Formats: sequence, structure tokens, C-alpha cells
Amino acid sequence: MDWFLQQAINGLGLGAIYALIALGYTMVYGVLRFINFAHSDVLMLGAFTALYVAPQIEKVAGAESPVGCVMVFVVAAAVCACIGMLIERLAYRPLRNRPKLAVLITAIGVSLLIEYTAQNEKVFGSAPQPFPKLLSDYEINLGNLVVSSNDILTVGVTIVLLVAMWWIVQKTRVGTAMRAVSYNQQAAALMGVPVDKIISFTFGLGSALAAIAGVLYAMKAPGIEPLMGVQPGLRAFVAAVLGGIGNLPGAVLGGFLLGLLETFAGGIPGLSNYRDAIAFGILILILLLKPAGLLGRSTIEKV
Amino acid sequence: MNFRGAKRWLLLGIALAILASYFSPQFNRYYLGVVIDVGIAIILATSLNLINGHTGQFSLGHAGFMAIGGYFSAWISLSVGESIQAFWYFPLSLCAGGVLAAAVGWLVGVPSLRLRGDYLAIVTLGFGEIIRVIAQNTEAVGAASGLKGIPKLTTLGWAFGFAVITVYAIATLVNSTYGRAFIAVHDDEIAAASHGVNTTRTKVVAFVTGAFFAGIAGGLYAHHKQFLSPTGFDWVKSIDIVVMVILGGMGRTGGVIAAAILLTLMPEFLREFSEYRMIIYSLLIILLMLLRPEGLFSFKTQRRSKS
Repeated sequence: MDWFLQQAINGLGLGAIYALIALGYTMVYGVLRFINFAHSDVLMLGAFTALYVAPQIEKVAGAESPVGCVMVFVVAAAVCACIGMLIERLAYRPLRNRPKLAVLITAIGVSLLIEYTAQNEKVFGSAPQPFPKLLSDYEINLGNLVVSSNDILTVGVTIVLLVAMWWIVQKTRVGTAMRAVSYNQQAAALMGVPVDKIISFTFGLGSALAAIAGVLYAMKAPGIEPLMGVQPGLRAFVAAVLGGIGNLPGAVLGGFLLGLLETFAGGIPGLSNYRDAIAFGILILILLLKPAGLLGRSTIEKV
Repeated sequence: MNFRGAKRWLLLGIALAILASYFSPQFNRYYLGVVIDVGIAIILATSLNLINGHTGQFSLGHAGFMAIGGYFSAWISLSVGESIQAFWYFPLSLCAGGVLAAAVGWLVGVPSLRLRGDYLAIVTLGFGEIIRVIAQNTEAVGAASGLKGIPKLTTLGWAFGFAVITVYAIATLVNSTYGRAFIAVHDDEIAAASHGVNTTRTKVVAFVTGAFFAGIAGGLYAHHKQFLSPTGFDWVKSIDIVVMVILGGMGRTGGVIAAAILLTLMPEFLREFSEYRMIIYSLLIILLMLLRPEGLFSFKTQRRSKS
């Protein structure tokens, strides 16, 4: 029983990160109907931004201070929001009216470009680098269970950001425009919605979420390297599809489910090597049985 | 390209392959290796072209089928012993790998080809990765450390012989009355279905045929490199093949062959800039999609346009 609860706690911590990444995938899919393959690389860039700004901020705010930590998150999110908008402007916008597959391949190309550029010795290099401690990490003992303060932070940040995203999408003018673009891009444009600006904003928002997830992931990971985003990115993508792509609460639900599943599978000897296969197996099953995902609504294709 | 005289080209190609393999001991070993790589790339690109280009079903798992064929035929070669010397052994083991790949292709294709567009791409990518993870954890094929000591059976003749057969088989298949269904599915699935084309079956046939030839290419690759590692079959390898098809122009056999040759030779030329090679490669993908989405080698007027 203790083992079960402990795995559940670890799974929630991991799942929160997947949920954050999945939120970004889902938001971009919601407005543009395409899978942003470069999302996981924006996550990596967020972690590296934090790696480079953390020492500077430490000088100002002092080591391991909460204020400094928040500043690192804000800077990483801002930098990545700009990168995300830049990618959208340069690579995806010219392809807006082309077949979807052309955009998909471009997205793969952007992803490979970021990965290989980052792996170059003159940029980040492919060797893992230690990530600075942003907050002092302590463990809370509850009976036989150990809860890390990092996990609480991750889950808390995820829930706050989910609520914030939900508020932006449902309650603000920008959010109304985002939903309009998602529903019918042409009609939204005719109603005076600045479609390009809205799409750009969505990319910025999604990339900022990826950056925050990247920093949280880096705080847990032993070191960061240019390919660090690939594995969580793939799992988060599975999570987004599992919850119903385009659906915000679905992405968070899918993320937590995937995180729990991964820690439970990892705890069972013999299954841990097949974790990737299990994630993809679930994805395939979901797509075949309920293509709209757990919380998604199925759409009818009109001729 | 006019395929009315395709049989003539088939015979000519096989004759050239036999002739070339007769002289191959005199070639420089490095160049010989590169040329065999080109032959394997042609098989991979042409077979994927049947799925992605002619039939318009976007598959990102071609490396997985290549892995199945490669591992299976290599495993046969390592377990049969003496009879490996027989002339007929090698093509038979390649075909065995191809048949297994085709069987898996059928299993994958029947459920997943109901999906469209990027969902199909993701599912095929997922299947490719699952195949890689299984190879990584199967002790019989060397698990993560890879399969070593595969006999060197791939010669220039076999590689190009099979390349010629692949190109011929797929070109004639697509140009037959039966094969028109592939193009019909590519152009408009709903219209094709309402004209009596069994779209699911057509897609599965394309998928299985493509997987068969990818399996053969995998076998040739295994007996050429003499070493198989699961990481060599990850999804970046699938992307490589997809890029060949896109660069050549989807559904254009001649262009795809040219692209396969070009993209296999390019890394050899870029050897001096090896640290920038992959950066250039990914930039090439992006620029290609932005500037020439119809493919680099498609100069003829668009025969059919896809909305």
C-alpha cells in the first residue's frame, strides 16, 4: 500500500510536467489544427535559458530565494514565447493555406534544426550540463511516504496555470477570439478578428508553458542536454491526444494519467524497458477506439 | 516518365547490375559501399513513394519495417549455418524478411489506415518506435548492444538487382488498371469510394507492398553493414526516407530515385563539414517545404493537384 501511494505521488509530480507540455500542444492544435513538433525543443530552450540566466539572477536576488526562482521562470517563459512566435512567423505562417502534411513536415524540420543546432559544440554541446539549484529542495515525511517539495511546486504550478489558461480562453477578449479562430478561421477573419495576431499569441502562450515545464523538468533531472525535450515531449503529445486534443482539461487529465502510468510501469521490473512502447501503444489504442480522446467531442467530416 | 517500355528497362537494369557486380571486386571498397547504400536508398524511397506519394497515405514508420526485414533475415543468416553459401539462400532470406515485414505491415495497416492525415502519421511513427523498443529488448537479436557478425552477402548486383525489381514492380503496379485505384484514393478518397473503389483495401495493399520492399531493403542493409543497432532504426531514419520522397516530388518515380541518390551521396560530400551536416539537412527540409513543396525534381506540369 505504501509502495502504491509513493508511486502515485511520484507519478503526480511527473504527470504535472507532462500536463503543462500537453497544454501547449493542445492550445496550438486548437487554433491551427496541426501538431507542433518543435514544442518539445522549445521546452529544451526554456531549460537552457534558465541555465544561463540563473547565475545572473542569483547575483541580484540571492541564492535559492523564491523571488529569484520566480524571476528565472518569468525570463525563461518570456524568451521562449518570443522564440515560439518567431518560429510561427518564419516557418508556419507562409504555409498557412498549404496541405497539412507540408506543415507537419516543416514542423519536423524545425524540430530537427533546433536539436542539431543546439547539439553543435559552439552552441550548447551534446554533453549533459548540471542544472543550478533554484530552490532549496526538502522532503516532507508523511508516515512512510516521502513527498518532495519540488513535486508539490510542480503540481501547484500546473494547477494554477491550467486555471489561468482556462480563464484566458473562456473569459477574456483574446480567448474569445482564440475560440473563434479555432471554430472557423475564415468566419473569424470576416468578423474582424485579427487571425494572425491571435495565432501568434497562442504560439507565444504555448511556448511560455513549454518553457515553464522545461525549467520544472530540469529541476528534477540530473542534467540538461539538447535532446532532453524529446522524451517528455512525445509523452505529453500522447497525453494531449489521450485527453482529446484541443481540449484544455483533457490535456491535464491525460498528462496526469500518463505520468502515473509511467511511474507504475517503471516500478514493475521487466516492464520498465518498454515504457516508450506502452505510451505509444496507449496512443494507438486511443486513436483507434476513441479518436476524439477521453474528453474530446467527435466531429463529423462534411463533404 | 513513360513506363510503356518498362520491361525493357527492367531487363536492361538487371543486366547492368549483373555486369557491375562482375567488375565490382576491382572497385574501391569505399565507393562500392556508398554505391550499395544508394541502391538500398532507392528501394526504400520507391517503396515509401507507393504509400506516401501514389496513395497519399502519410506513413512515418518506414524504418520500422526496414528493421523487421533486416533483423529477421540477419537472424536467419546467423542461425542456418552452412547453407548460407548457396546462391539461392540470400534472395530467399531477403524475401523472408520482406514477407515478415509485409505481415506486420498488414497488422498495422488494417486498423490504422482508417485514420487520416497527421493522425495516421503519428500512429505509424508510434508503431515504428514500438518495433524499435522491442528490438532493443529482445535478447535473440542482441538487444541494445546490437546484432553483430552478420555475414557480408550484399553485393552490388543484389542491391541493384532488387532496386530495379522494386522500381519495376511499383511502377507497373501503379500504372496497371488495378493501380489506378491508388491514385484515385490519393486524389479524392470520397470520390474514389463512390466510384466503387474499395479504399481501405487499396490503402492496405499499398501499405503491405511498401512494407515488403522496405523489409527487403532492411535485409540488404543488414548484410551490407554486417551490424544492426536498434538506434539506427529510430524515427529520424523514417524522416530521412520521407524527405527523399518529398524532395523527389510525391508520386514521381524518377524524381524520387534521383532524390534517393542525391541524399545518399550528399553526406559523403559534406563529410568535411560533418558538424554542420545535420543543420544544413534540416534547413533543407524547411526551405524545401516553403519554396518548392511539389518537389525539387518535378519540372513537368502538374498532372494532378492535391488540395
